[in-house]
Amino acid sequence: MTPRIELSGVSKRFGSRQVLDGLSVSVMPGESLVIIGGSGTGKSVSLKCILGLIPIDAGSIKVDGQEVAGLKGAALDAHRTRFGMLFQGGALFDSLPVWRNISFALPGRAADRRAAAIDNLARVGLGAEVADLRPAELSGGMQKRVALARAIAVRPPIIFFDEPTTGLDPITAAVINKLIRTLVTDLKITALAITHDMASVRLIADRVAMLHAGKIIWHGPLASLDGCENPYVRQFIHGSTEGPIQMPGVRQ
Amino acid sequence: MIAALVAIGAPVLAAFTAIGRLTRFAITALTRMLQPPWYPAQLAQQMLVIGWLSLPVVGLTAIFTGSALAQQIFIGGSRFNAASTVPAVTVIGVVRELGPVLGGLMVAGRVASAMAAELGTMRVTEQIDALVTLRTDPFRWLVGPRILAAVLVMPFLVLVSNALGVMGGWLLATQRLGFNSAQYLATTQRYLEVDDVMSSLVKAGVFGFFIALMGCYHGYHSGGGAAGVGRATTNAVVSSFILILLSNLIITVIVFGS
Repeated sequence: MTPRIELSGVSKRFGSRQVLDGLSVSVMPGESLVIIGGSGTGKSVSLKCILGLIPIDAGSIKVDGQEVAGLKGAALDAHRTRFGMLFQGGALFDSLPVWRNISFALPGRAADRRAAAIDNLARVGLGAEVADLRPAELSGGMQKRVALARAIAVRPPIIFFDEPTTGLDPITAAVINKLIRTLVTDLKITALAITHDMASVRLIADRVAMLHAGKIIWHGPLASLDGCENPYVRQFIHGSTEGPIQMPGVRQ
Repeated sequence: MIAALVAIGAPVLAAFTAIGRLTRFAITALTRMLQPPWYPAQLAQQMLVIGWLSLPVVGLTAIFTGSALAQQIFIGGSRFNAASTVPAVTVIGVVRELGPVLGGLMVAGRVASAMAAELGTMRVTEQIDALVTLRTDPFRWLVGPRILAAVLVMPFLVLVSNALGVMGGWLLATQRLGFNSAQYLATTQRYLEVDDVMSSLVKAGVFGFFIALMGCYHGYHSGGGAAGVGRATTNAVVSSFILILLSNLIITVIVFGS
């Protein structure tokens, strides 16, 4: 079967810093892959490279078997129609009410778009009463739900989740994780999430990959994560300061 | 020797790089503005923000400056028995220079900073990336309407600024300096030429372009969190001030230099 997303040898450098260094990973249709890794290891950059927001220096990015690295103009726009994205901070447009945020990419008359936005609000467990509020009037958890509603509004076949639970309390984070799992299953979406929250990993992932120093150093099904012998993975999932992962500027 | 060349060359190269980036940004903005989709609601909102909401600050600046100018011309003119030139010099000074320049600087202080802060915040909170993933071109949705709105409303603001500046001079001259109101207005009308007004409006359009361009450019390329947005705001105001003063000089020399 052709992978839905396939990255081969992707490299990206910012100045003197090599962020991605031969990154290779693939996501199969309908699969939920979670990439774990410490802060600054290039997780968000890899998502933005797939979306064409950041150009890559070397390597190949294929979506449904089609090379997408280097796409421009209308071809790049068409490529992006396949994706929804939940940004780390929600990235809701402050100047627009909730319903216009959700229906931003939907065509049609305002009344139809508003009705579609309210449908999507219901999918993420929010009522129509929040439709006319501004993002600043919502709690962090509600903002994440609205951002999730916006990401699924056009029913994209692929959704990216960038640190979906960052900044949320554990209970709200668990609610968001369950919501993501339900949506991915119900809408038969291919999901690629990046996080360093292990609770998210266990709730969202079918398969897990670990990114370190710009490349995937381990990947496998969720069930094999706890028994993994890779010292980097073990240190990461146990949150230990002892191990091969050195934090820059931090003495062990 | 080489160190000295490097010390000179590095900032020169940086300046050329910045000019190149700004030029490319401006060309991209202008070419995308000509292509659909267009966002008239965004344009209307920006016209309201830039035009209507700038009226108080532009109007007050014009009245105070026009009055002060009339007072200074009266004092200076009295030294060589030319106090009667107050209406003529005031109207020429206000319409050719002070109205557009001070109006432009006040709008730049208010609008360029606001644009840079808004777009900068959108950049650091990934709202601009979100726009792109939602198949919306930030140049068409954010930059284009701001530039077009500024170019369209600045001439109206400057017309108001000119009228209020002249009125400020008239008020002070008739209430404090003993000028006859009807005579003052007749002299003002006699010395005001169409070219003065036209140059004022051309300047206003050019200033509007630079104000929005610098606000959008610095905001769009903002980075580094809150401090980066702060830097973008400062750079937007300073650079738009410089471009307003420089373009004013160039237009003045071209229109009135011969």
